[in-house]
Amino acid sequence: MSDLRDLYQQTILDHTKRPRNFHELTDANHRANGHNPLCGDKLTVYLKIHNDIIQDAGFVGAGCAISTASASMMTEMIKGKRVAEIAPLFENFHSLVTAPVDMEPDEQRLEALDKLAVFSGVREFPVRVKCATLAWHTLQAALKDVGGPVSTE
Amino acid sequence: MNMPTAQIAANSSRHGPKSIAPRRPFDVLKIRGDFPILQTQVRGKPLVYLDNAATSQKPDAVIAAISRYYSHQNANIHRGVYKLSADATAAYEDARAKIASFIDASSPAEIVFVRGCTEGINLLASSWGSANLRPGDEILLSEMEHHSNIVPWQLAAQRTGATIRVIPFADNGELNMEQFASLLSDRTRLLAITHVSNAMGTINPVKQMTELAHNAGALVLVDAAQSIPHLPVSIRDIGCDFLTFSGHKMFGPTGTGAVWAKKALWDAMPPYQGGGDMIRTVTFEKSTWNEVPHKFEAGTPDIGGAIALGAAVDYISAIGMEQIAQAEHELLTYAENRLGAIDGLRIVGTAAQKAAVISFIIKGIHPHDIGTILDGEGIAIRTGHHCCQPVMDHYGIPATARASLAFYNTRDDINRLAEALEKVKEVFA
Repeated sequence: MSDLRDLYQQTILDHTKRPRNFHELTDANHRANGHNPLCGDKLTVYLKIHNDIIQDAGFVGAGCAISTASASMMTEMIKGKRVAEIAPLFENFHSLVTAPVDMEPDEQRLEALDKLAVFSGVREFPVRVKCATLAWHTLQAALKDVGGPVSTE
Repeated sequence: MNMPTAQIAANSSRHGPKSIAPRRPFDVLKIRGDFPILQTQVRGKPLVYLDNAATSQKPDAVIAAISRYYSHQNANIHRGVYKLSADATAAYEDARAKIASFIDASSPAEIVFVRGCTEGINLLASSWGSANLRPGDEILLSEMEHHSNIVPWQLAAQRTGATIRVIPFADNGELNMEQFASLLSDRTRLLAITHVSNAMGTINPVKQMTELAHNAGALVLVDAAQSIPHLPVSIRDIGCDFLTFSGHKMFGPTGTGAVWAKKALWDAMPPYQGGGDMIRTVTFEKSTWNEVPHKFEAGTPDIGGAIALGAAVDYISAIGMEQIAQAEHELLTYAENRLGAIDGLRIVGTAAQKAAVISFIIKGIHPHDIGTILDGEGIAIRTGHHCCQPVMDHYGIPATARASLAFYNTRDDINRLAEALEKVKEVFA
């Protein structure tokens, strides 16, 4: 069970059971839908952006533990951040969850990711990477607010 | 009195494998020894393989047949003047004859090799569909079809102007036979129906349905992908017009499968793909077609795969399909009792007649998380929509977890599954 305890850490389970920012934002000015056809996960990310600062973020939807916790922790993390900070943050997150299992995580990246470092266990389960990144792909779409739903496929 | 000997021999071999009493007692531990992969470990635990509806594992006999073919028999078939080619052709055609006999077909010529059940249905939808479907015609499918028995017909319907009608199923996973009867009409050209649901395990009454469809003047395609590895399947008994299945789900190699159709139907159908082997004569003005089955086998087929599929048929015939069906049914009952006792677990699909497929959901836990935690225990199940999105829509769920059994599974496998599911619940408690 050691690998699994790495994946289903207490922090992740806590966010799965009690997702934060789990609501629509009525005053959102950016939004996007995300869909992972593999497991049927669907979520909507809402953003309120003013002067290039993400002032508020929320999400609704239904998904697995990893995708729900990822969306919950992501919305917590991005609040107050400048839009320009999101792309490097996602890059760090993506590297974390896709890094080779035998590679030591980069200390600087871990520091930048802060609480999101708990998702490092995902790399043991490559088929779950899409679950962890669905919220982030949807966030990117919301920043562009391209309108249509995004998909992990 | 003076029936020719050859006739008697053909009949007895045709019905031989299924009517003969079991040759040996069913010994699951001995059977497991025939499957090298069942001796391996995954994530440090002995593999428990419960994803047989997706694909089955392969016995030594099949693996050896592939190895033997490429080590000693490899040559292109048909028209080779040298011995090696003649031997490869004989082995390939012998595999066709084994498959014909296995499903009670009257002639090997009625068997066309394809890449799998999906290609088989596409062949029929394209070839039979284009020649026979007209605007206003109806294709009757069921709500529990695999996407591979939906989408090819949608494409055919788009090309021809035919429409698709859908037989609904009840919440226990059984087809609504009254609605089926009322959907049949003189507009119905084809009933395309799965024998066994891959998502729920329901065994559909295909014989009865074929009779009703024939009474309405429709032809019947039975998708046997999920039945042929687990139950005796006889096209004579069912009475259908077309039957398709995959080799890899019946312990043969991936990339193999077959379509059976009545000879007259094959003869009347236009070719599916053009190329070598399927022609008799070619000029730039006009080509003529080879006889069936070759008319539908353009290009070099998977010769080694077909031969190994023949070896798979030999292997399961030697165990006996009746014995396999009985062993799996007993294990299904045990598994449903064991899993049904887990608090919060709901089995999706509880038809009276079921093959050994158990779809389930656990309250508050996404199937994907169940699958990952079981994987950590060395247990392979499938999670998702199982290529049956309409089935998921019926129940209003995005996905299920699915354990699907084969004759090499044991009560120990089920016990490990049940224990691991308790761990899943602990993680999310």
